[in-house]
Amino acid sequence: MLLIRRFEERSLRAYQAKKIGGFLHLYNGQEAVAVGCCSLLGDNDHVITAYRDHGHAIAMGMDIKALMAELYGKATGCSKGKGGSMHFFDPARNFWGGHGIVGGQVPLGAGIAYALKYRGIAGACLAFMGDGAVNQGSVHETYNLAALWQLPVVFVIENNGYSMGTSQARSSAGELSKRAEGYDMDWGICGGHDIYEVRACMAKFVAQARDRSKPAIVEIDTYRYRGHSVADPDNTYRTKAEVEEYRRSKDPIQVFRNALLAEGVLDEIGATAIDAAVRAEAEAAAEFAEASPFPAVADITKDVYWEEDNPSEKQSRGRIFFG
Amino acid sequence: MPLLSYREAIRHALAEELQRDPNVVVMGEEVGQFNGAYKVTEGLLEKFGPKRIVDTPISEAGFVGLGIGASMLGIRPVIELMFWSFYAVAFDQILNNAANIRYMSGGQIHCPLVIRGPGNGGTNVGATHSHTPEAICASHPGVKVVCPATAYDAKGLLKSAIRDNDPVLFMENTLLYGEKWEVPTEEYLIPLGLADVKRPGTDLTIIAHGRAVVSSLAAAHTLEQDHGISAEVVDLRSIRPLDEETVLASVRKTHRVLLVEEGKPFCGVGAQLAFMIQEAAFDDLDAPIRRINSIDAPAIYSPPLEAQQLPDAGKIIQAAIELLR
Repeated sequence: MLLIRRFEERSLRAYQAKKIGGFLHLYNGQEAVAVGCCSLLGDNDHVITAYRDHGHAIAMGMDIKALMAELYGKATGCSKGKGGSMHFFDPARNFWGGHGIVGGQVPLGAGIAYALKYRGIAGACLAFMGDGAVNQGSVHETYNLAALWQLPVVFVIENNGYSMGTSQARSSAGELSKRAEGYDMDWGICGGHDIYEVRACMAKFVAQARDRSKPAIVEIDTYRYRGHSVADPDNTYRTKAEVEEYRRSKDPIQVFRNALLAEGVLDEIGATAIDAAVRAEAEAAAEFAEASPFPAVADITKDVYWEEDNPSEKQSRGRIFFG
Repeated sequence: MPLLSYREAIRHALAEELQRDPNVVVMGEEVGQFNGAYKVTEGLLEKFGPKRIVDTPISEAGFVGLGIGASMLGIRPVIELMFWSFYAVAFDQILNNAANIRYMSGGQIHCPLVIRGPGNGGTNVGATHSHTPEAICASHPGVKVVCPATAYDAKGLLKSAIRDNDPVLFMENTLLYGEKWEVPTEEYLIPLGLADVKRPGTDLTIIAHGRAVVSSLAAAHTLEQDHGISAEVVDLRSIRPLDEETVLASVRKTHRVLLVEEGKPFCGVGAQLAFMIQEAAFDDLDAPIRRINSIDAPAIYSPPLEAQQLPDAGKIIQAAIELLR
């Protein structure tokens, strides 16, 4: 969680220094959701998420050097500089992105679960989405398919209260995860500030997806400290006091830290040392990104077609790129 | 060689690939129990069972997206769209996800899936069911687009498409499903991106794909018989990849080009071809390139008018005569 926080802070500084282009959707405040959920997963479990994907990528074990280099648009980035902030992928770690269109990744998550079930693999797919995605048609179509075919997928709605600048009250009718009842699916809801609560809630749904191929929808209530993206001045739809109140009382890292201190698992010296190590790691990632080369112009047309990148196994003929 | 309908040829391709590769799954609306809206998949459920032949609800964005997700893990879904016209409700899945995921992941992921179904007009079902999306789809790098004109091509191309590791959009034609051609019993594959000179000729080159090839061949026959004009008919078979070599070789031989396409003219396949030909073979042209497309409006319902909206042999003959004047 702390690594995510420090990574995000460092990436924001890089953005402000104009080292990073496009959008940057920061995960600050939501860390316990990705970490809590992903900490429950085994070798045959998979994750897919939307564009606020840095936290999930780190929780799934991706190297933050490759992530930071991706933000910088460098050839050493996790997607060779071709995806950017919203499109981190690491299939070797069962992390399937990083998707830019709201709700567009949700059918893919069901497809991953479908493949697991087809192959007879005891695994589950966590398909994350934000509260802004729940009104997309693709999401509801996927709910239906998942329930109809009893796919091992858990839909995780990370409800940070605002779909961009529109509050939940202004965008969504009814309770978000309760919509599962219409599809005869199990559902749950929990707070996302306390990693123990996230794990306790999710463990049951992950287990029944993995072991009994039973889908579910879980809403995890959380909060983002930064604007929708760094381009959001964050002064039109909520008050600074609201943000500060959450940070003061429910910051997921502080809550976890306090719990560990209270239980004697961690002391102040240890906590400070972890923070220093993580800050150094984030800084090293930025240095790595800074020092890395950009992709070459010739790289623009690589990684488009499998066949073009594997010429020895090419079956097709003809011209594939046009100028 | 036995005669096989276009429909049967596609069915045989599906059956052979289902038999060959346990990762191949056929899914779509009415493909199983109903035996296919156009009976292409007739009998497959009985032969391969419900795990391999999957009936879906009417939910294109859902099941196309699901198929893409499954393909990322190595399943090879062959997804039927009852009409290609319905691609519009799955557009985000096809052209944002299937087309882009390989790229955005820096080549870590690929999507070996086929989306197939009829994409044509001429059946008096109005504008919503008569789209010909090959040009708009082919303008997205990351996908391949195939439009077979005969049963022989449909079978060989579909088998290649299913084995391809990139997403292949396979566009059939309801008006061809019942037509028969010679199809060998032994297995064969036709590589994507290889055009076929369906009829050799010397006076002009007619370039077409899909059912427009059939109309072009009929026109070429009449041109020869009644007008002494020798037309070469080049069937593109695949729009992307595109067989530039065969097209240009024919242009250099005949020096006159007529493009025939059921799609609309604006930003159509013909627009790309015309650009490519003038760029590579300008000095070989003895006349401006001509083209025949559907008349540029949504597909009209009125049956006699729709027949006139589409390219047909009469229009092709007329244009060919004018081109040689």
